[in-house]
Amino acid sequence: MSSIPIPLFFVIAMILATVVIGVIATRRSHTAADFYVAARSVGVAMNASAISGEYLSAASFMGIAGLVMKNGYDSLWYPAGYAAGYLLLLLFIAGPLRRFGAYTIPDFAQGRFDSPAFRKIAVIFVLCIGFFYTMPQMKGAGLTMGTILGWPYWVGILVVGSVITFNVSIGGMKGITIVQAFQYWAKVFAISLPLFVLMSVYGGYNTGLGAIATDSKGFARIDSMETATINGAEKAPLNTISMSAAETTVLDLEAGHSYRISKISPARKPEEGEDPIPASKMVRPLRGGDSTDDLRSLIVSNKPFDIATGVMLVCDPVEVTKGGQPVLKDGKPVKTAAKIEFEKGGPVSFTAARARKSTGRNFVATENDSIVPNSPSNGKWLNPFGPMASKWGYPLLYTYSLIIALVCGTAGLPHILVRFYTNPDGRAAKRTTLWVMVMLGAFYVFTPIWGLLGRLKMPQLYVNGGFDSAVIKLPTLLENKLLGEILSGVTSAGAFAAFMSTFSGLLVSMSGAFAHDIYGRILRPNASPKARLVAFKVAAIGVGIVSMLLGLLVETFDIATMVGWAFAIGAASYFPLLLLGSWWKGLTKYGAAAGMLIGGFLSLAAIVLNMLLDKKVVTMDLPPLVRALMEQPAIWAVPLSIIIMVVVSKATASKIPHDITLKMLRLHAPEEMGISTNYIES
Amino acid sequence: MNGKAGIFKKDREPKGMRDEVDVDPKLSASDAEALMNRVMKRQASLSLRIAAVFITILILLPLFNLFAPEIAAKSISGFPLTWLLLGVLFYPLTWILSGYFVKQSDRIEADITREETK
Repeated sequence: MSSIPIPLFFVIAMILATVVIGVIATRRSHTAADFYVAARSVGVAMNASAISGEYLSAASFMGIAGLVMKNGYDSLWYPAGYAAGYLLLLLFIAGPLRRFGAYTIPDFAQGRFDSPAFRKIAVIFVLCIGFFYTMPQMKGAGLTMGTILGWPYWVGILVVGSVITFNVSIGGMKGITIVQAFQYWAKVFAISLPLFVLMSVYGGYNTGLGAIATDSKGFARIDSMETATINGAEKAPLNTISMSAAETTVLDLEAGHSYRISKISPARKPEEGEDPIPASKMVRPLRGGDSTDDLRSLIVSNKPFDIATGVMLVCDPVEVTKGGQPVLKDGKPVKTAAKIEFEKGGPVSFTAARARKSTGRNFVATENDSIVPNSPSNGKWLNPFGPMASKWGYPLLYTYSLIIALVCGTAGLPHILVRFYTNPDGRAAKRTTLWVMVMLGAFYVFTPIWGLLGRLKMPQLYVNGGFDSAVIKLPTLLENKLLGEILSGVTSAGAFAAFMSTFSGLLVSMSGAFAHDIYGRILRPNASPKARLVAFKVAAIGVGIVSMLLGLLVETFDIATMVGWAFAIGAASYFPLLLLGSWWKGLTKYGAAAGMLIGGFLSLAAIVLNMLLDKKVVTMDLPPLVRALMEQPAIWAVPLSIIIMVVVSKATASKIPHDITLKMLRLHAPEEMGISTNYIES
Repeated sequence: MNGKAGIFKKDREPKGMRDEVDVDPKLSASDAEALMNRVMKRQASLSLRIAAVFITILILLPLFNLFAPEIAAKSISGFPLTWLLLGVLFYPLTWILSGYFVKQSDRIEADITREETK
């Protein structure tokens, strides 16, 4: 292997292509309209590529593969929902929104309700959703650079964030339309081509799924020669490993490294009345084949302890008892095994073993690869209502809530919606949406295959929760190391295109919110176009810096899950506003504002609190139903928002704008009738 | 516009933001409202019909998984049926629905324009 990793060349080529295309495209980008909506002159094919390019974020490129690997079937809802959201957008929002002809969603909010105050509320949500969406992009950047170059997480964020911020602040929207169109095609190529090579070696989509289906009681297994790295407390909650209750596994902590174990508890949450299981019953320490009494007494005490020299921990399945009697399920005794929490982690390997019960102190290694910790069984992975949906015990509720968030949330993403104004007319906006769906589907259909290959070929990712890096790492497994490096370079460049394009779009819409809505409309309505352009550039740099800082906080969260949360907030705020605002003339500014604020902020609060509980920053004992509804708030927040809008609007019916008939005509009448004129003329 | 007898006068306002739409004074409020209702009704009925199909599918698939797990897990050349549905066939399905919508929507809009601007 060369000293400079091959993937780096691909990444640099991608960054250069982005900057160069951006610079060339912006030579002609001078006016405010160029900056915000690319002068409303973008053709259908170009615009559809650009919307798809902007939309396919790190969550799509890296996150879905990771989530499918981690959770299996349930995660398929993510790509399906990401793509299907455009159908609702097409049916109800794309045409009217374009016909109304404003620059940004806050413009729509103000124009539809004749209320400058409403603009401020709308701007708040542009920023809320935007920042939520940038966090996972930043994680993608930090993770990719860390994986291919070994850079610390923050360096990747700093470098990538700066490049994109620079590009946006010089070019605005005109530049990135062409850049994003290019990046769509780069991403489709990067997600599919390496996959064809991998499938030709490791078997196709159906072969892999078939193998898992025929062994539904089986597990993902890891070779005993394979080393995985356990995280320490700095990456909580990804610093625990839950051992399998199906067989004895020997955890080999290597000599020459120091570890600190902070807690050993049963992996299965004990139910009311069950006997406590002492740590020493689940974990037996061995050194050089002999029991180590000093370590044993430390485990018995179950206080945090250090391991300075190499040791093997024999982790046995233990029967759960209640009053001394085994607990049965379907006639079989229920078993559990140790969940070990590391304060200081390090390299480990795993050996499958048969416990030698007679002595209780030794084990016999078996020929099998061992079950990898933290992985669901084949059956749970392959079938619906697996570990993700069943996490809190309400799988159907969780699934529906996730579907609502994804499907409604797409229509509530400000950085995507602003793109519809770049269509020449409402009809083109609809046609563009259709092509976006085709392009997105052609991309998303590949993403779960990466997750499948990850489960089959890279089980060590289960140990430390590094699922999001599967797309980057999988190609390096190939026998032909050079080919592996090249293909890993291709996926790395694709990942770069993903977070660059999405982050650019977010930067434009958030900087636009600051420069156009806050500066240009609220602070200095009389500012010259030149001053507004300067404001845009300053805002872009500011937003870029804040995004990078936020990105540092989210290393341990799944990329696709975080994006799902941005969707949930959009679903409960913008989606009801746009849906009712376009189709119900009775909607008043008070109704719309109340619904948006309450629905949006309650989901935001639920999601943030849930994140803090996950990170154990906050500890609170909440019923599982409440936790499920906090993790996936759309099922209550979207209806709540709509109901509040309707009720408050009815109560304030006198505030319906007097020219509402004409506004509605402008939203819905075909352009040929001469009613739709752009809200802002350029 | 293009020579067609539009009911709304052409925009002659100076450049900048416009909060209100100009209306031809000859068009009475009740006429405008009737026109709005006709236009919106035709646009909405198409959208609602397709949305109903789509939402039904979204509601039924999890229920199918819950109540008929054996059928959902049936192997179709390696793919479990429900994986094939959600992971592969779902996408072309959304293409068909949106393609149908765009086609019908174009037709409806041409009809509206022809009938309302006679």
